[in-house]
Amino acid sequence: MDTHIYDMGDIDIAWCPGCGNYSILMILKLALAELDIKPHELVLVSGIGQAAKIPHYFRTHFFNGLHGRAIPPATAIKAVNPGLTVIAESGDGDMYGEGGNHFIHAIRRNPDITNIVHNNMVYGLTKGQASPTSQLGFRTPVQVKGVFLEPLNPIALAIALDASFVARAYAGDIEQSKEIIKEAVSHKGFALVDVFHPCVSFNKVNTHSWFKEHTYYLDDSHDPLSRLSAFQKATEKERLPLGIFYKNPEKPTFEENIGLYKKDKTPLSLREKKRGEKLMSLILSKK
Amino acid sequence: MNMQFAPDNSDASVVLCGQAGQGIQTVERILVRLLKLAGFNVFATKEYMSRVRGGSNSTEIRVASHGISAFVDRIDILIPFHKGALNHVRKRISPQTLILGDEEIIPEDFQVAENRFIPVPFAQIASELGGKIFVNIVAAGVVTGMFQVEQSFVVDFIRKFFAGKSGEVIQKNKDAIQKGWEIGRELLDSQKSRLESWKKQGVSEQILLNGAEAVGLGALAGGCDFLASYPMSPSTGVMVFLSQQMNEFGLVVEQAEDEISAVNMALGASYAGGRAMVTTSGGGFALMTEGISLAGMTETPVVIHLAQRPGPATGLPTRTEQADLELALYSGHGEFPRIIFAPGRLEDAFLLSQKAFNLADKYQIPVFILTDQYFMDSYSNLPLLDASSTKTEKFIVETKKGYRRYELTEDGISPRGIPGLGEGLVGVDSDEHDSEAHITEDLELRKRMVEKRLKKLESIRKDIVPPELFGSGDYRILVVGWGSTYGVIREALEKLVREDVAFLHFKQVYPLHEKTRDYLGKADKTIIIENNATSQFGRLIKLSTGVNIEARILKYNGLAFSVEEVRARLKEIIG
Repeated sequence: MDTHIYDMGDIDIAWCPGCGNYSILMILKLALAELDIKPHELVLVSGIGQAAKIPHYFRTHFFNGLHGRAIPPATAIKAVNPGLTVIAESGDGDMYGEGGNHFIHAIRRNPDITNIVHNNMVYGLTKGQASPTSQLGFRTPVQVKGVFLEPLNPIALAIALDASFVARAYAGDIEQSKEIIKEAVSHKGFALVDVFHPCVSFNKVNTHSWFKEHTYYLDDSHDPLSRLSAFQKATEKERLPLGIFYKNPEKPTFEENIGLYKKDKTPLSLREKKRGEKLMSLILSKK
Repeated sequence: MNMQFAPDNSDASVVLCGQAGQGIQTVERILVRLLKLAGFNVFATKEYMSRVRGGSNSTEIRVASHGISAFVDRIDILIPFHKGALNHVRKRISPQTLILGDEEIIPEDFQVAENRFIPVPFAQIASELGGKIFVNIVAAGVVTGMFQVEQSFVVDFIRKFFAGKSGEVIQKNKDAIQKGWEIGRELLDSQKSRLESWKKQGVSEQILLNGAEAVGLGALAGGCDFLASYPMSPSTGVMVFLSQQMNEFGLVVEQAEDEISAVNMALGASYAGGRAMVTTSGGGFALMTEGISLAGMTETPVVIHLAQRPGPATGLPTRTEQADLELALYSGHGEFPRIIFAPGRLEDAFLLSQKAFNLADKYQIPVFILTDQYFMDSYSNLPLLDASSTKTEKFIVETKKGYRRYELTEDGISPRGIPGLGEGLVGVDSDEHDSEAHITEDLELRKRMVEKRLKKLESIRKDIVPPELFGSGDYRILVVGWGSTYGVIREALEKLVREDVAFLHFKQVYPLHEKTRDYLGKADKTIIIENNATSQFGRLIKLSTGVNIEARILKYNGLAFSVEEVRARLKEIIG
C-alpha cells in the first residue's frame, strides 16, 4: 500500500525544522503501509506535547486526549472494538512522567495495542525542561544544577513488568525502525517501542551524532525470549542497545481476558442490545 | 410483653448494633428479604465506621404496614452484639425500647438497660452450635420469630441462603435460626394480631433493592457496556453489581489503576461507540475532573455516578453528605453543558440512570447521577421495575467519506460517528479544533466552537425532569429538597399533618426546570432541607431563579436526617 493514503495534504506542521518527529511520522507511515492497515482500520491515540500532535499529520481515526492519558482511552477503544489497530503515541514526558502510572498498569493489563514513545530526553512544548529520561547532569533553565534524578529506564521497567513486547528504535534509522514498528504492531499484546530522536531546539547533548555514537543494534546472539538477558541488555549504560529486547507472546491480552469476544466477534459498539428479557429476569431475582 | 410500636403503631424499628466483622450486614440481608417475603414492607439503612474489624456500627430495619423509605431515630427493638453498643446508640434509646441482649457479652449494658432488657443467651446457643459465628443467625431467628414469620419458611430460606456451603454448615445455620426463632416467637405474642395485619398482599412479590443495585440496573437498562472505576466508598456497590453482570449482559467492567485512568478509559470506550460510565466518590471524582473537561471539549458522552460522602479530602469515608453538588456542577475547567440528576427513590435511580445514558448520547455531554452513602446503602421493597420500558435510543451515525466530527449545525449537535462504522474518519481533540477535530488557533472559529457546544443547552432544557410536588397545590409553605432526602422529608411531612405545607422534590438539579420559579413564587415561606453545611442547592436555585431561600434545615455531621429531626426542625420554623 502507498503511504500517500495517510497524507494530510498541504498542512501546517508545528514541529521545528529538523525535528526527529518528522522521521517518526515517515517511519510510521511506511510501517503501516507495508502492513496494509487502512486509515479507517486504525486509531491513533495521543496525549499532549509536540510528539502527541502526530495524529494531526496522519490521515486516520484519532483521539488526541489529555496530557499523559493516551493509554487509558487506547485500552478502552481496543476493548470496545478489537478489530481496530490501536496505537498510543506520545512523548517521553507524556508517557513516562504524567502518564507513568498508566504505562505501568497497561503492561500488567496487556491490551493488544502498540505504545510508541518519542523519546528525546527533554520537554519540547514547555521549552526545554528535563524529562523523566533526561540524563544525569543535563542542565536546563529549571534543572539549574543539572538533573540529579536517576533517569527512568523504560525498557528495563517494561521487562521487569514482563511486558509482552519491548523494543527501542532510533529515528535516524528509517529502515530498521520501520521493521521494529511493523513487528510491534503485528505483535499480539502490549508492545512498547521507545524511539530515540533528537530535539534540535532544546537538547544540545543528545544529538544525532550522540545517538550514533551511543547506540548499537542487538544482533542474533540476543534471544528476545529470554527475559534475563533482555534485562541485562536493558541496563547497559555506555552504549544503548536498539532493537527488540524482549517478547512474551504467550500472554493473554486484555480483550481475551475480559472474555466478551469468545463466541461473538462483533465489537461491543455494534452489538444489538436486546436486554429486556435478561433485565427482567435479573429484576425478578431481586424478589 | 406489652409492646407499643411507633406513636401510631404502624411500624417497628429494629436496630442491630455490632462491631465491623461481626456479621450484622449478613443479618441485615437475611432479615430484609425474609420480612419482605413474609409480606411486610421493609426499609433498612446502616451507618458504619471506616474499618474492617471492631468499632461500632448499626443497621436499622424498619418493618411496616405501608411503604416506607426513611431513617428514624426511634428504636423499638435493639439487639446489641458487643460491649459498648448501647453507648453507641444511647441517644436513640427511649423507655419504650426493647433490648434483646446477652448478659455474658454485655454485662455493663445490661445494668444500664434495666427492665427493658430481655436476656437472650446468644453466645451460649451459638457455642453449642459450634462457635460465636452463629450469633448473628440466632439473632436473625429471634427477629423473624418476633414478627411471626412462619418457621418452615424461615428455615427454608436459610437453606437457600447458604446453598453451596457444606451440608454441615447449612444444618448448623438452620439449627441456629430455628433456636432464635423459638425464642423470638414468645416475645411479641401480644402483638400477634397486629403484626399479622401489617402483612400486605403483593408485598412478597415485590422486589428488594438498595441504591447501588437500582443505579446498576438503570445502567444496564440504559445500555451501559463499559464501566471503569477505582474502588471508593460509597460508590463501589455499583461496580460490584455490574461486575456480576459482565458475562450475562456483555459489558466490560474494569478496575483501573486510578480514577484518572478510569474516566479516560470511559471516554475512549465512548469514542469507540460503547456506552460508558464511571462510579466514584469525593476525592476520586476530584481526580476525574480533567476528564470531565475532556468530555466537554471532545463532546464525548459519559455517565458519572457520584456517590457523595463527607469531605473535604478523605473526610468521613463511610458516612453521608450532599456536599458535592457544586463539585459536580463546576467540575472541569472551561465552559460546557452538562446534566445532573439526583434520585430520591429507588425507582428514580433506575429510570434516571437509564435516562442518563440516552441523554449523554443524545447531547454528547457528561451526565451525572448524584447519590450518597445513605442512598447507596439503603434497602426497601418496591414494585417490579418495568424493564420493557427500557430503550437504548440510538444516536450514532454511519459515517460517509468526508465525515466531519464537529460539523457546525443549527442546534450545536454534530452527528456522531465512531471508528469502525462507515467510510468516514472520526477524530476528537482536547485542543480547540476545527470541524475535523484538528488543532486550530483561528480565534473566530474558536468562538463559533464555544457557541456550538453551549448551544446544546437550549435543546437540553427541553428534556429537563420537572420537580415533583407533594401535598396540596394550594400551599402556603413550601419545603424544598433534592436527591436522597426524599423519603425522610415526605414521612416527616406526613407526620406533621399540615394542609398548608407542600414538598417540592428535585431529582434533576441541573439545569433547573423553568417551573421552579413559579413553584417558589407561590409560597409565602420556603424552607430548604439539605444534608450539607452551606445549602449548595439553595445557592443554585438563587442563581437560576433569583429566589433566595432563607429558611434552611442543614445537617453535616456525617449522618442522614431522621424523620423525627426533620419534623422537629420544621416545627421550629413553622410553628
